[in-house]
Amino acid sequence: MPIAFSQGFTPHPKISYASAAPTGVASEAEYLEIGLREPVDPEQLRAALDAALSPGLDVLDAVVAAGGSLADRIEASYWRIELPEVDPAVLKDAVAAFAAAEEVQVERMTKQGRRTFDARAAVVKIDVIPAPETPFGAAAVPCAILELVVRQVTPSVRPDDVLSGLRAVADLEPPVSPRVIRLAQGTLTAQGAIVDPLDADRDGAAIV
Amino acid sequence: MRRRTRVGKRYRVLAPGGAGRAVGAARRSADGRVPLGIMSVPSTTPHPAAANSGDGSGSARPTPRRDLGSSVWPRLEPLLPQVTKPIQYVGGELGAVVKDWDAAAVRWALMYPDAYEVGLPNQGVQILYEVLNELPDVLAERTYAVWPDLEKLMRARGVPQFTVDAHRSVRDFDVFGVSFSTELGYTNLLTAIDLAGIPLLAADRTDADPVIVAGGHAAFNPEPIADFVDAAVLGDGEEAVLEITTIVREWKAEGCPGGRDELLLRLARTESVYVPRFYDVDYLPDGRIQRVVPNRADVPFRVHKRTTMDLDAWPYPKKPLVPLAETVHERYAVEIFRGCTRGCRFCQAGMITRPVRERSITTVGQMVQQGLEFSGFHEVGLLSLSSADHSEIGDMCSGLAEQYAGTNVSLSLPSTRVDAFNIDLAQELSRNGRRTGLTFAPEGGSERIRKVINKMVSKEDLIRTVVTAYSNGWRQVKLYFMCGLPTETDADVLEIADMAHEVIRAGRAATGSKDIRCTVSIGGFVPKPHTPFQWASMTTPEVIDHRLRLLKQAINADRSLGRAIGFRYHDGEPSLIEGLLSRGDRRVGAVIRRVWENGGRFDGWSEHFSYQRWVDAAAEVLPAFGVDLDWYTTRERDELEVLPWDHLDSGLDKDWLWQDWQDSLSEYEQDDCRWTPCFDCGVCPSMDTEIQIGPTGKKLLPLTPINGAGLRIPAASPQ
Repeated sequence: MPIAFSQGFTPHPKISYASAAPTGVASEAEYLEIGLREPVDPEQLRAALDAALSPGLDVLDAVVAAGGSLADRIEASYWRIELPEVDPAVLKDAVAAFAAAEEVQVERMTKQGRRTFDARAAVVKIDVIPAPETPFGAAAVPCAILELVVRQVTPSVRPDDVLSGLRAVADLEPPVSPRVIRLAQGTLTAQGAIVDPLDADRDGAAIV
Repeated sequence: MRRRTRVGKRYRVLAPGGAGRAVGAARRSADGRVPLGIMSVPSTTPHPAAANSGDGSGSARPTPRRDLGSSVWPRLEPLLPQVTKPIQYVGGELGAVVKDWDAAAVRWALMYPDAYEVGLPNQGVQILYEVLNELPDVLAERTYAVWPDLEKLMRARGVPQFTVDAHRSVRDFDVFGVSFSTELGYTNLLTAIDLAGIPLLAADRTDADPVIVAGGHAAFNPEPIADFVDAAVLGDGEEAVLEITTIVREWKAEGCPGGRDELLLRLARTESVYVPRFYDVDYLPDGRIQRVVPNRADVPFRVHKRTTMDLDAWPYPKKPLVPLAETVHERYAVEIFRGCTRGCRFCQAGMITRPVRERSITTVGQMVQQGLEFSGFHEVGLLSLSSADHSEIGDMCSGLAEQYAGTNVSLSLPSTRVDAFNIDLAQELSRNGRRTGLTFAPEGGSERIRKVINKMVSKEDLIRTVVTAYSNGWRQVKLYFMCGLPTETDADVLEIADMAHEVIRAGRAATGSKDIRCTVSIGGFVPKPHTPFQWASMTTPEVIDHRLRLLKQAINADRSLGRAIGFRYHDGEPSLIEGLLSRGDRRVGAVIRRVWENGGRFDGWSEHFSYQRWVDAAAEVLPAFGVDLDWYTTRERDELEVLPWDHLDSGLDKDWLWQDWQDSLSEYEQDDCRWTPCFDCGVCPSMDTEIQIGPTGKKLLPLTPINGAGLRIPAASPQ
């Protein structure tokens, strides 16, 4: 790939990630920007990257950036959190308490040290959704599923911060590790829907 | 090359939301890569291991007998969110190979017994991995040492030592090959064996266990781990692994006649695979070895090292592994020659890899082209024990610099002798604007001590070379020395300070700038088997630490110069333990085991190494044999003592080694047999080998421009 490099004593390849998912979190919607030295066909670029990356790390689409910053178009993330062995009714109550709160202070270690911040305001949408029929093979084990739309803010509010918030407002303590999946990222409509951040580039590319 | 002509449009790459379960997560790592994450819990939320797991891992239930070769991933995955750097355990790197278990006749698990970040770049393992996987009916996978956090969880959940390629249990393989560059990996070997569910002692293993084979430089004295490994291979691995594979394949095809014992016997009969159980060691009343003799009729008295001749016929690695997690070296490394006859008396690598065998300039050029094309690395390391000694190093560096001019590919020569480095090389190495670090190793501070160790580099050479580097734009140079060398005095070590001061003074004068630095890095001397110093006594850690303190004071005695000199050193204690392990015999195995039982892991890492743990274990275990830690380390051996590795043949004539040791004590130098007549070290005649060096007179031709947009789609690895 004819990747561009930064100037300077130790040039680095030009790659930037917009709001990368935290370690240990699954994702179906990660975005990155790559600077190139010369134009290439986006589909060829996608195929080349996909072939070089590990199985399970799939590059699904590439477009030519029409302008503006990718980071500006990542306004919110859509998450699903599966909580095995949590009773959906208990989760519902916790979510109601969380949603009713003006603000919910949580703590997390950041690179700058331990920080306390509000995990409530950034949460645009928080719902308990019905579990599929037999989610984990063992029908007897209940599983509650939470869906979230969280606005991109600083410091970022991550799914684990929302879980910390549920612990703070309702003592919700998942007995086993939750499974977190990012389902989408993009611009946020007034209705709380997320729009594919590359849509604008697709239109732009068509004009060029 | 400081200015880029044009930066093209930015491209965006997207992974939009889709239906179904997530299979992968992308995240940013420190180095800007996109590693694979398959975990599902935020790492900042620690979860104690659930006593009654219902997460589908089945860990709370008794594990049914697994199919051999099946993946342990479903049980491993839930543990990964709870450990540091989980990415190192997931595999799937570019260059990784996963083959069908059932279609393979012989299956190897290859281990570098250190963390992924150190183990992955290891050339030896990468070469053998590729050589073996090129055989259609052979499968090779990699495994690395797991950090204590994961080890604890694996023990709690019954997850065995696994390979990173297909996450198979190491115990399921036919052969478990472990490559030891250093003896400090021994405790990690025990962890891996134990986690794999394989009996710790070779004597307790059954036909259900793999044959554990040690290789690498430390295998030239495998006696300290003789109880834990089934076999050891001395020397080059490329052909050795093929020979072992052939023997295992035939033995299995015949229905495994005679079981494990027969297989080991067949290996031993090659005379190049050492099977410790077929040899008895007798001791004298004073603790020294009386003799080491075969306990079976058809086993050779001595086991010989392997030497791979004609490196052009073995152009590996062709498809280098591209790590997902950050590692210590991220470059395409090609060995430009193997062996070294400079004759530094402390250097085990130089002694046991003789003779010098060069890879030709054209093969190196071709390997670099293919290796970079496959991997996308931006750095090329031209490796060897003394890279500037290649007969065509000048043409090689200028040819490569020319071929990659205008790209971001940089060249590095990791081992460069002061007397072979020159201004042309300096310019070629810095042509692409980026200067990789320069390290020179005078090893000894005084002219006298350099005669003792036969590292004949003059102070003038050093100053001139370093000034060349400064004049060509390098701001920083690293100088490497040893402390604790035979016959060394305080004065020898203090001369290091004079040398460093003069380097800075001359550098400032030549560049007219105060913005130059040098780092003085000191390692403790460890006498190694198969070297002229194998008889030497070690200096005690107290004396070494005292000398290092004096040196530090001397460096800083001149404030102005001292400010420009960095000082890094390892204190004497770890070296003493390395000395115990490198010249130890079978009795030292009990110390290793005791240390491991007391929690010893990752002894090559200062934050994990505990000197006290080794001292205590030695004090508990060794008196029963009438010996102690000092006996193995600070005691000088005499000419007639039977050394634990005398029955292992590196080709070096023991009389020659002894003579070279005596020459060392009288400060008499030995030349290099590449340029002066043979001095009868014994290797070539006994191993039936010869020096293979150029020049070939060939040059590297310009590369043809890559097609079209310069995009290249890597071939999928076989599944």
